[in-house]
Amino acid sequence: MDHNGNYKNEFGWFADKPKVPKKLFNFKAVFIGVVIFVVLVTSPLWKNLGQIIPGPDPQLNTAAIMKLPEKDRTCVESKEYMRANHMLLLGEWRDEVVRDANRDYVNSKGKKYLASLSNNCMECHSNKSQFCDQCHNYVAVVPNCWGCHWEKEKEKKQVAQSEAK
Amino acid sequence: MGINRREFLRLAGLSTLLGLGGKTAFELLAPGQLEAQQYVPEPGAFKAKRWAMVVDMRKLDEKTAHKCINACHLTHNVPDIANPVNPAAAVSPEEQVRFRIKWLWKEDFHNAFPGDEHDNLQEKLHHMKFLVLCNHCDNPPCVRVCPTKATFRRPDGMVMMDMHRCIGCRYCMAACPFGARSFNWRDPRPYIKEVNLNYPTREIGVVEKCTFCDERLSKGQMPACVEASGGALIFGDLGDPKSKVRDQLRTYFTLRRKAHLGTYPQVYYIV
Amino acid sequence: MLEQAFVGTRKYYGLLAGLGFLIALGALGYYQQLTTGLGITGMGRDVSWGFYIAQFTYLVGVAASAVMVVLPLYLHNYKAFARIAILGEFLAVAAVTMCLLFIVADLGRPDRLFNIIKYPTPGSVLFWDMVVLNGYLILNIVIGWNVLEAERNDTKYKPWVKYLIYVSIPWAVSIHTVTAFLYAGLPGRGFWLTAVMAPRFLASAFAAGPSLLILLCLLVRAFTKFDPGREQIQTLAKVVTYAILVNIFLFFCEIFTVFYSQIPEHMMHFKYLFVGLEGKGQLVPFMWFSMVGMIVAALAMVVPKVRENENTLAWACGLIILTTYIDKGLGLISAGFIPNPLEHITEYWPTGLEAMITLGIWATGFFILTVLYKIAVSIKEEVRA
Repeated sequence: MDHNGNYKNEFGWFADKPKVPKKLFNFKAVFIGVVIFVVLVTSPLWKNLGQIIPGPDPQLNTAAIMKLPEKDRTCVESKEYMRANHMLLLGEWRDEVVRDANRDYVNSKGKKYLASLSNNCMECHSNKSQFCDQCHNYVAVVPNCWGCHWEKEKEKKQVAQSEAK
Repeated sequence: MGINRREFLRLAGLSTLLGLGGKTAFELLAPGQLEAQQYVPEPGAFKAKRWAMVVDMRKLDEKTAHKCINACHLTHNVPDIANPVNPAAAVSPEEQVRFRIKWLWKEDFHNAFPGDEHDNLQEKLHHMKFLVLCNHCDNPPCVRVCPTKATFRRPDGMVMMDMHRCIGCRYCMAACPFGARSFNWRDPRPYIKEVNLNYPTREIGVVEKCTFCDERLSKGQMPACVEASGGALIFGDLGDPKSKVRDQLRTYFTLRRKAHLGTYPQVYYIV
Repeated sequence: MLEQAFVGTRKYYGLLAGLGFLIALGALGYYQQLTTGLGITGMGRDVSWGFYIAQFTYLVGVAASAVMVVLPLYLHNYKAFARIAILGEFLAVAAVTMCLLFIVADLGRPDRLFNIIKYPTPGSVLFWDMVVLNGYLILNIVIGWNVLEAERNDTKYKPWVKYLIYVSIPWAVSIHTVTAFLYAGLPGRGFWLTAVMAPRFLASAFAAGPSLLILLCLLVRAFTKFDPGREQIQTLAKVVTYAILVNIFLFFCEIFTVFYSQIPEHMMHFKYLFVGLEGKGQLVPFMWFSMVGMIVAALAMVVPKVRENENTLAWACGLIILTTYIDKGLGLISAGFIPNPLEHITEYWPTGLEAMITLGIWATGFFILTVLYKIAVSIKEEVRA
């Protein structure tokens, strides 16, 4: 047995070499792979082909909003701004409130609001499943606000139910 | 080259603007930014140079201590792992110890002040239950080790938790010499019997602790435990020589937990 | 070169399939952990780091030990190690990958993993650990790949690789130093608050890592046509011998400081490990086995006859791997938390699921190691053919 580099072992299992192809490129295999990939990636398109999925239609007719006089029925910023940027604004609120203890938001018109999702936004928009979830489901985003922040409407209903029992 | 003088100047100007103006330039170009918006504290918010607490053990009997703990845990939706809402969620006694969440809790003298006990202690110390909580240290090791600044020290001395940013690495729990930090080993909601809908809960996988009731101070209210303590807990501004905490510290001898570690705890005990 | 990974014998694929099965089991366990929380582990509020972080710590050592092959070769021009340098580097790649996976497995919120980069915090040792570990992984992949490719083409590797190699030497030391600093700078943890933590980490790493490499070399020789070489194994054995002796020496330095100073905060953790506290001491037999076994193995390695006989050498290396693993992978992390800073005693033992996830990550590492070694060995065979 020669230990200086020339050791041979016929039981080698990394060793008994099948033919190593010179090139990894095998047209047939690659083609089939690409087809499978494309079909998988586009499968949601095929699945929904021909179906009409109604667009979201968030409602602003909660009791809290209807109680307000007509001219006060505005959000903290314009509807267009909120539609496009509410997630950014909420992120900003979160950082200002938690990190800098600035709990009030002064909007672009100089009006002041409590910067709070649960204790301000959701007081008016108490219809979470109608107002929030509908759009979020439609565009398939899952904001994780509700893991911590309460869905007050739902909780209150549950409390009422358990008390009724 | 397909670039004329005018185009060159325009590009040069634009890149200077981007370079010098940096962030501002980007913000101007970014859509959806509003100019006048700003953030301010709530009117009537309590402010301080350095928040601190004095625990007057002479006034703190066990009943008061319980009142304080309940007030704190109810206000902040702190789960009680031993008492699930639904009996199906019950866990073993061993797991109750492991999963327990504590913001404010009781300890015996030799656990609250390890190394300071001796064989012939004053009799009353054997029975005293010390209220312990996050010390909101001036030199907090938890803040030093946090890799995301999820826990940070505010200018008013409060050591805060940003539960939105915590990655759950638990380095702060290893660093805290006071065991003041708790991790959510499982979903806390099934263990909160009475909920405060105005304060959030936590999710699986983040660390939490006492925040000196920052949400109450910002509304001009004293911390929940202080309010419930009937004068046994004194809270105030160390930066104000006329404050009640300063007065207490001037008048009485006070202890701090593990002061020798150099974290400068800001919860003081009168025994 | 990658094509070498796709051609092999049935045994090669069988091994990969076996490891793949363990990986799948681990993934299943991890899914459970993701959905119900880290409560499925044995950790708790008192022992808040456990098996995952311990494996991570041990494996950083294995990764760093590649430097024990790289340094003699490139700084001292010890040519014999040219033959096995790639084995050391690829072992490092597999080990660092496992380290990173163990960190992710330990996170409560892996979905927010990138917050470490989004909010970089240079004051945190964990931030630097992220930097050095990822850097070391990239260095070893790039260096190993380039050097191996050069060997295959019978050319010299490109000049810039040389500079990366020089960088990788102190970098290897840095990964284990930074990992030790994770623990050694915490004010309330008397067990870890010691300046010999980093040196001891390095010593035990340079014993355990090369021990593992010796065993891997013997396996490669037994199962392939490539022989890493007797001289190479013997030199590694000497590295192991000195490193394990230094490790034991540093351990006794620690014991002296702790027990001669008689400071309770430092003593109580050692008491917990070696005699138990308040009737709780499930690690006591393990720790005694670890210490006695380590000393026996070290003394055995000092004897030339034991070291030179590859059978006894393999046994001694195995014992060193096992005992340093108990010391670092079982005792070191949990004993830092027992007793807790309020001197309550809560013991820790990993749960079945936790062990399953751990095994899954080890299997991932060995999967990577098998593939990388397959490539390296095939090319070595090809060159020598």
